[in-house]
Amino acid sequence: MNYKIVAYTEAVALIAIIAGFALYSLYFTQQSVTLSGAGATFPAPLVQKWTEEFYDLTGVQIDYEGIGSGGGIKQHTEKTVDFGASDPPMKDDEFAAAPGTLHVPITIGGVVIVYNIPGIPKGLNFTGEVTADIFRRNITRWNDQRFVALNPSVTLPNEEIAVCHRSDSSGTTAVFTSFLSDENEAWKNNYGASKVISWPEETLGGKGNPGVAALVQQNQYSIGYVELSYAVENNIPYGEVQNADGKFVEPTMQTLADAAAAGSLILPAGDKNWISVGSYFNLRNVDEPGNGYPITSFSYILVYKELNVVPGMTQEKAKALAWFLWWIIHDGQHYAPALSYVSLPLEVVTHNEATLRMITFDGQQVNDWA
Amino acid sequence: MRVKFLYFLSNVRPKLQMVFGKRLSGDVYFKTFTALIACNVFAVLGLMLYKIIQESWLSIETYGLGFLWGTTWQPVPPNPSMSPSFGALPLIWGTLVTSAIALLLGVPISLGIGLALSEFAPKRFAYFVSFFVELLAAIPSVIYGLWGIFVLIPFLQHNIYPPLQAMLGFLPLFQGTIRGPSVLTGGIVLAIMILPTVSAIARDVFAAVPRSQREAVVALGATRWETSKVVMSYGRSGVIGAIILGLGRAVGETMAITMVVGNSFNMFDSLFDPGYTLASIVANEFTEASSPAVYISALMEVGLVLIALALVINALARLIIWRTTKMVAGAEAV
Repeated sequence: MNYKIVAYTEAVALIAIIAGFALYSLYFTQQSVTLSGAGATFPAPLVQKWTEEFYDLTGVQIDYEGIGSGGGIKQHTEKTVDFGASDPPMKDDEFAAAPGTLHVPITIGGVVIVYNIPGIPKGLNFTGEVTADIFRRNITRWNDQRFVALNPSVTLPNEEIAVCHRSDSSGTTAVFTSFLSDENEAWKNNYGASKVISWPEETLGGKGNPGVAALVQQNQYSIGYVELSYAVENNIPYGEVQNADGKFVEPTMQTLADAAAAGSLILPAGDKNWISVGSYFNLRNVDEPGNGYPITSFSYILVYKELNVVPGMTQEKAKALAWFLWWIIHDGQHYAPALSYVSLPLEVVTHNEATLRMITFDGQQVNDWA
Repeated sequence: MRVKFLYFLSNVRPKLQMVFGKRLSGDVYFKTFTALIACNVFAVLGLMLYKIIQESWLSIETYGLGFLWGTTWQPVPPNPSMSPSFGALPLIWGTLVTSAIALLLGVPISLGIGLALSEFAPKRFAYFVSFFVELLAAIPSVIYGLWGIFVLIPFLQHNIYPPLQAMLGFLPLFQGTIRGPSVLTGGIVLAIMILPTVSAIARDVFAAVPRSQREAVVALGATRWETSKVVMSYGRSGVIGAIILGLGRAVGETMAITMVVGNSFNMFDSLFDPGYTLASIVANEFTEASSPAVYISALMEVGLVLIALALVINALARLIIWRTTKMVAGAEAV
């Protein structure tokens, strides 16, 4: 009969352990507020930093998953997360499917043209027109007359250009090809603007920004495009791009912020459709020649104006979420430069404040301190 | 309720005994239990196939068999009036060529390792080498990919490919601009990745060849090389099995090949050209694929083609094994 006693003891111990786990998890989920978000991978490291700092500050736990902009919009629409994130603003049909969405720009990205030509440092001049011709392999050698005309003081080699691009579906590609489409008719008709492009033959595809950076670094006489921070961190030469005012602008944190500040003049109200902002800014500044870098874009957090539409939302959670968003557009911005992100200019912060004041729970304004 | 359940449990054994008409031992329970678990394999494979076919149905309907020989891949056409087009031929081509290179380079080396370990090497040394070969299998494929990008590609590009082109440049396979990330690089990385699988199985197969066979051959005055040939032909079906397992790994490999193959959608004719494989395009594009709906469906169909390819390869392998074993049996009968 001994084994029976052993069996009973084991069963009791097992039940006790399971019950212990259940109680433990129950206790901790009731302890603090937990929020979840999902979306774009580009701002993910910054959002991660914010959630850590915000947890230390308030005890509110926020889980963010960098699953891509498409996934972020999908989960936001299906209300499976408390907030979504996306690099491009929502399209017309996407916006219609998620009524009451607020667009909150949280940081700024810039796509830079990188190249690897032995002996030639950063600072070659590019126009959208010529860049598109290079990427569609209409210009195939570095010493092509059209490119030499932009860089008369540089001796360019008579070498074939190796074109490198993103192989994965990417917001960076969408921003870059939107710019090319607007600047070059032939590009627009043959390749267009989207996250995946049917690239010409004999071009190299790399996975992610690191993949393209590696391709450009390892192949001489190559050209590619990456997010600014990857070019800076990997020390890859990058070009200056002509903006709508005709100036050749070097991409820096400052020129990206300048472009966003100029762009803030045309930002729609937070609860409106943001498709008019487009994938990137390249605005003609009416008063004086702008210093903005042309291929600059926002990254957005998407959140519902009336938070009670999200399942599981409570007054307490709504308050925590609104507080978090308020915090990231103000104090949170100080963490951006250290991680190679561009802080929002004052104009955009002011615009966001108005947006965040719109957030309600059961019809009542959540940001009652604002 | 609970009492009832416990009562039911306590009476299961006599009930089963009534059904089977004899006293049941633990063996029967164990047998039933393991059989049920084994049946899960069918369930998993069946559900997976069902889901993939269901998800790719839209694409199958839209593009039909043309999907298999189409050569354009444009999910989002530049002009909204055009419809997206999908064709998988360059992907199938890329997958087959990289896998073939992997087998061509990997199998002879693997068989060499297998023979060395089972026939020639001292026991201690064999144990030592086996350990490291098996360690190769434990390296995650993303590490192979990174190593490929940062170590292998620069080395091949500067030290191996130029002389290779100088020697074999008269063949169309080795013409054109030399690029680091290319079909050939992809095949070489795959060859390294299938080494542990193929060589470990080959070693076991050779070790399983009866001692009597070897002794008989040696008694006839055979050299060690001749003995090895007999060992290899005796273990032929096992070796083919090993090669097929390696091929399976090469065809399905995703991460490493994506990082080194160049990801360029085209019908390449030179091994120095960048290419694309079935698994790579899914890895690259699936995460962000949202609209149009047929896009996701087309990616699912790529997965379906990959499964079909694996099934065909496996079926062929079975066929070869049956035929060769029959031949051996026939020879023995004679």
